[in-house]
Amino acid sequence: MDRSSTYNETVVRQFAVMTVFWGVIGMLVGVIISAQLLWPELNFDLPWFTYSRLRPLHTNAVIFAFGGSALFATSYYVVQRTCHVRLFSDRLAAFTFWGWQAVIVAAAITLPLGYSTSKEYAELEWPIDVLIAIVWIAYAIVFFGTLAQRRVRHIYVANWFYAAYIITVAVLHIGNSAALPVGWLKSYSAYAGTVDAMVQWWYGHNAVGFFLTAGFLGMMYYFVPRQAGQPVYSYRLSVVHFWTLIAIYMWAGPHHLQYSTLPDWAQTLGMVFSLVLLAPSWGGMINGIMTLSGAWHRLRTDPILKFLIVSLSFYGMSTFEGPMMSIKTVNALSHFTDWTVGHVHSGALGWVAMISIGTIYALLPRLYGRDAMHSTRLIDVHFWVMTIGIVLYIAAMWIAGVTQGLMWRATNPDGTLTYTFVESLAATYPYYAVRLAGGVLVLGGMFLMAWNVWRTIGGGAARRDVPVLAPASA
Amino acid sequence: MTAGWTLFVAILVAINIGGSVWLMWVTASRRPGEESATTGHVWDGDLVELNSPLPRWWLWLFVGSIVFALGYLVLYPGLGGWPGTLGWSQQQQWQQQVAAVEKATAPLFERFAAMSVAQLRADEDAGRIARNLFANHCAMCHGSDARGAVGFPNLTDGDWQWGGSEDAVYTTIAQGRTGVMPAWGEALGPQGVEEVVAYVRSLSGQAVPAAAAQAGAERYQVYCLACHGAGGTGQQALGAPNLTDDVWVYGSDAAALRATVSRGRNNQMPAHLGLLGEQRVRLLAAHVLNLAPAAADAAD
Repeated sequence: MDRSSTYNETVVRQFAVMTVFWGVIGMLVGVIISAQLLWPELNFDLPWFTYSRLRPLHTNAVIFAFGGSALFATSYYVVQRTCHVRLFSDRLAAFTFWGWQAVIVAAAITLPLGYSTSKEYAELEWPIDVLIAIVWIAYAIVFFGTLAQRRVRHIYVANWFYAAYIITVAVLHIGNSAALPVGWLKSYSAYAGTVDAMVQWWYGHNAVGFFLTAGFLGMMYYFVPRQAGQPVYSYRLSVVHFWTLIAIYMWAGPHHLQYSTLPDWAQTLGMVFSLVLLAPSWGGMINGIMTLSGAWHRLRTDPILKFLIVSLSFYGMSTFEGPMMSIKTVNALSHFTDWTVGHVHSGALGWVAMISIGTIYALLPRLYGRDAMHSTRLIDVHFWVMTIGIVLYIAAMWIAGVTQGLMWRATNPDGTLTYTFVESLAATYPYYAVRLAGGVLVLGGMFLMAWNVWRTIGGGAARRDVPVLAPASA
Repeated sequence: MTAGWTLFVAILVAINIGGSVWLMWVTASRRPGEESATTGHVWDGDLVELNSPLPRWWLWLFVGSIVFALGYLVLYPGLGGWPGTLGWSQQQQWQQQVAAVEKATAPLFERFAAMSVAQLRADEDAGRIARNLFANHCAMCHGSDARGAVGFPNLTDGDWQWGGSEDAVYTTIAQGRTGVMPAWGEALGPQGVEEVVAYVRSLSGQAVPAAAAQAGAERYQVYCLACHGAGGTGQQALGAPNLTDDVWVYGSDAAALRATVSRGRNNQMPAHLGLLGEQRVRLLAAHVLNLAPAAADAAD
């Protein structure tokens, strides 16, 4: 068969398997550092094993290795299926796979060794940043090249979101990583002081908005209707929430810098636009959940659908919580506390990880020519273990965060603070233990998944080339 | 901020908000016959889309958030140089809160103004407040039990680097102190450093090689005597520690002393008068003096 008449599923398979692999690694590091907060002795006095070095490794591994691989896998799969053509370039696609894995390995080596720009979620030093930029541009060429060759006139909604995520992440990464190198593993940011902080959080919050939200909404828009066997609920809702989401997200960054040296006007705009962002964010949740209406009974039998729907619920919850936390009065309480950590994880575990895991369960059997995953029962167990783990995690961090915020602001009649910092830390310990328990459950679920994936892939040969489907005549 | 930049910010905000409202407007209007019908597009075999109208409650949520945003931008500083009709700023909010606390706590401190430090030391209320102040402002370096840490003096041992009189302790807290021990590594050379270290350790009765200590004693006369004095008992006026006792801010073993002598030390106690005001500093001075054992009190 002519290669161009089949889909390129090799690169999709590679990224899909690495999603599971990096998911296990990234969450394992998360469990380790969460245990270190409880028992600091667990750093074993090894500099490279301390919390400070492993924490950026954890965030980079789960966001860019686990989440990134899931986005690469699904965007390559979805763009081929919904454009009815093979990927624009097999070579470039293979380059993005090996290039992205090289970035992750380089991160896993340099971060524990202490090489860091100290910019959150952008810690990697400049040679790795350059490699990321090159891989990302190759990714854009493959994606948009495929889109340009599509055999249907209309671009499917999932591709709008993937396109916005690919373009914006390129702009954010290159803009924020601009730096003056002074050695192979040392550079200074192109920005200084408050401007540097503002550029950093313009990047940081839009990484949430475009990498962790728009990208995964793309995933949602293909796999939810697919798994539910239902049409997408509302085309025009997707139009409104797409354009408003990408226009308004851009402004939200300054809410990370409330009550700081950032000028008042920028702080205010950050807060105001974060609040306006609520409705556009919820547009995606409504479209996903309403797509399932009429097929609710399938939730009883299909644990994959449970993953997808619960991920949308967590998405709705954390996109409500986020705007609330951006309000200056609320932020004055929540900032610097573990509430923020809980919020991030309700988004990262509840939304990003759950939708990715559900999607991989749906995708993997198709990629390997199976009818279903090796064990559907185990998917259900994974779902419950993970859901309980996430709820424990978030609830513990809510209580811990509010406790810290209240303790830090409590004052005596003589005007002094009632509690010293270490007292608030001592009060947090029980919640750190609960959080660790939640993390262990989530990690345990990932091990179940890894085993299930292993058995699904290993159960005999069945990889085959899938012919490109002819577009519907309509 | 110049009017040009204010205009730039305001126009960008207007484009974003206005564009969102316009998009809502054109997509929200219902056209007959399209309820629950698909758009007619088909992808990947059977992926289709309905064109359901925008949920009303969602639309109102969006409109409500935009109305709130516009109102907020009138009341508060947001559109570039526009100060907002309420005249709010974060600096002003902070000043108001500080002023409110000052006003509320002023009566408490009024009584203390007329009291001497000695009287404050005996006053129960003063002690309670001073303990709170210590936990807020001193404990992070000197420890919540005031016994210090490496580099941070122990306040409970009755040994005073800068003097233990009421005035000296008050001045230390109010004005801060900068302790500088010069680096002698270059001048002494490795051998010289070892000898000085041996001599210094011998001053506090630690076991050291006699020959090295002997050689170190001569070097001490040249390099160390000016600050630490002929007998090594230090000088509180300079903050030069007494080397003959068993109180060591940076440690008394050979490795710690080798680092001190060869690389020097820089230490700083920050000034607190501007932060706390006179009354609170006096309360702290009384509290710190109370931390020392009673016997050591009069000695310094």
